[in-house]
Amino acid sequence: MQPVKSRAQANIRPDPAPSRLSYRFQRMMLTPLFRFGLRVVLPFTVMATATWMFFNDQDRRDHVSMLVDDMRTSIVERPEFMVQTMAIDGASDSVAEDIREVLPIDFPMSSFDLDLDAMKDTITGLSPVKSATLRVRKGGVLQVNVVERKPVLVWRLRDGLHLVDTEGYVVAQVAHREEYNHLPLMAGEGADSHTNEALALMKAAGPLGDRVRGIVRMGERRWDVVMNRDQRIMLPEVGAVAALERVVALSQVQEMLERDLSVVDMRLGERPTIRIAERSVEAWWQIRHIQVRHEE
Amino acid sequence: MIELYQSQRAMRSMRKAAMQRGVVAVLDVGTSKIACLVLKFDGDDRVAEVEGISSLAGQSGFRVIGAASTRSRGVRYGEISAMQETERAIRTAVQAAQKMAQVRVDHVIACFSGAEPRSYGLDGRVELEDNVVSEQDVARVLAHCDVPDYGQGREVLHAHPVNFSLDHRSGLSDPRGQMGNELTCDMHMLTVDATVVANVAHCVKRCDLELAGVANSAYVSGLSALVEDEQELGAACIDMGGGSTSVSIFMKKHMIYADSVRMGGDHVTGDISMGLQVPTTTAERIKTLHGGVHATGMDDREMIEIGGDTGDWEHDRRTVSRAELIGIIRPRVEEILEETRTRLDAAGFEHLPSQKIVLTGGASQIPGLDTLASRILGQQVRLGRPMRVHGLPQATTGPAFSSSVGMCLFATRPQDECWDFDLPVERQSNRTIRKAVRWFKANW
Repeated sequence: MQPVKSRAQANIRPDPAPSRLSYRFQRMMLTPLFRFGLRVVLPFTVMATATWMFFNDQDRRDHVSMLVDDMRTSIVERPEFMVQTMAIDGASDSVAEDIREVLPIDFPMSSFDLDLDAMKDTITGLSPVKSATLRVRKGGVLQVNVVERKPVLVWRLRDGLHLVDTEGYVVAQVAHREEYNHLPLMAGEGADSHTNEALALMKAAGPLGDRVRGIVRMGERRWDVVMNRDQRIMLPEVGAVAALERVVALSQVQEMLERDLSVVDMRLGERPTIRIAERSVEAWWQIRHIQVRHEE
Repeated sequence: MIELYQSQRAMRSMRKAAMQRGVVAVLDVGTSKIACLVLKFDGDDRVAEVEGISSLAGQSGFRVIGAASTRSRGVRYGEISAMQETERAIRTAVQAAQKMAQVRVDHVIACFSGAEPRSYGLDGRVELEDNVVSEQDVARVLAHCDVPDYGQGREVLHAHPVNFSLDHRSGLSDPRGQMGNELTCDMHMLTVDATVVANVAHCVKRCDLELAGVANSAYVSGLSALVEDEQELGAACIDMGGGSTSVSIFMKKHMIYADSVRMGGDHVTGDISMGLQVPTTTAERIKTLHGGVHATGMDDREMIEIGGDTGDWEHDRRTVSRAELIGIIRPRVEEILEETRTRLDAAGFEHLPSQKIVLTGGASQIPGLDTLASRILGQQVRLGRPMRVHGLPQATTGPAFSSSVGMCLFATRPQDECWDFDLPVERQSNRTIRKAVRWFKANW
């Protein structure tokens, strides 16, 4: 009979059977949940535990953050990334000065630390600046290209004179009208939101020449053209430019405005009205009276 | 019968659970090799839903994802003789199949060929309570089959209801819902040695697997090697294995008889080994390379080197002619076939309408076996190979694997066994209620 306990025999082929342990191990490895645990949960846990244990110590944490800081600084402060100067194009001297004032940059500074978006917001926040582009140019120059607002109107309010651009933005305050004699004058609350109309009116009033002193926004809804000799052209809410052109045409043909009128009222288009100055009316009455006496 | 009923039912429910999970392994514990296939069930058999069509014989619902076989150790005559060795061999096969499938299997359906299967034909007869056959009636008639005394230490492996008859109409496959007065059923019962089943179960359990079913290899190889009309018209499947040759007779798609002869290919190898004075491995090699059963004049001149490594030149240079080899093989094969013939005669195979005999199994690959078999068994003999199933590797499509493949079919399309029907409601409980009612009447 074969011995119950197997002897180690050199010439017998080794048994291909897996041991109980390896068999069980292989079966375990084929279990999906176990494999997931081994592949995902275990490494994750080990890594998390190791990291937690490492960073549990304050000194190590400081050390690591210092290392990271050092590394960042060594990269950021390379001369290639440093910004030395700021160049401002397209701005007048005073605006450029203002820009330099509002941007708190002490050069040299790394381009990584520049917050160009915030700087752009700051610059465009200045009232004379219409738009601005910022970029870091080659050679460490912070290039600021500014488009300024161009004042086209002088706006008189109770608190003084303001310069207004075509979009109605107040560009600056001025002390004296004389400095901006070439710009037309407008007045009245709410005039700044209708600058386009105002400009069109001023253009239409061109033939009236120096006689026009300015235009006034009345009650935030319509315009008056104010002329010297206390004359005033009242314009309607809609079709103001056309009404003014009518008046200008009348005055050119019939020299209407040369006469002693105080008001040309165009508010009702189908019934334009003129108001004659008081003394002329009186004079006319006198003249008529005289004539009547003669007849009698 | 109740314990068997319970254990078989438990195995059946376990098999259902395994099929729900989608993976089950089949294990063929043979004398010469142990094969393990891992099956994956993917959805229902859609083809089978079409009325009456089963072109793929129910095998379209699964595929084989792992297959392995290993040299069997510790199995003799299809029965486990050395537990540890067998367990290690099962472990080897299961591990390799699992590795190929990349899936862990927990449920195993096992088959073995030995254990002296004995067939019994039973019949039962009941009067129907109302005139329509219900499922309860079927269960009742199955329970009423008068079970013979099959002896101590034996266990029922299969109990197939083969035929139902209602009054005078016979040959009903499903009597439910039909009208009649008296229901009769024929049942085929197969008993095997209980210790062999217990050994297999223990081995499987030692491998951390759960046994989800046991089958006789004669039955399952018949399932795979016989084609559908052979199963229908009547045929015998002879599975010539290593240690035993099992016989099963099919009729109307039911197995009606199974038996086994405790002789197989290993005995041929042993004869060669003894006759030529060579070790068993050499004898096996010579048998598979040069074996045959018909000697011709050419075979006298074909000399086979026997070889050896004793160091004695004369001894190591021995040669034998192929005719001599055939002279050793043929008597043993004839003996096996004669023995099989006796078993078939005992079963009354000659009374069947069709006398088809299909030879399969590893030992059926000897060249010329079919002509020899037709001399002994009758004219209608053919060599059978298992049907093809999805994903089966080429190496495991030979006739040696017909019982493994049959196990796949057995796992996917199990036949109704008597324990698939619920135990009939016992009369006992009914009587107790009646007793209680009588007691109430008497005392109130």
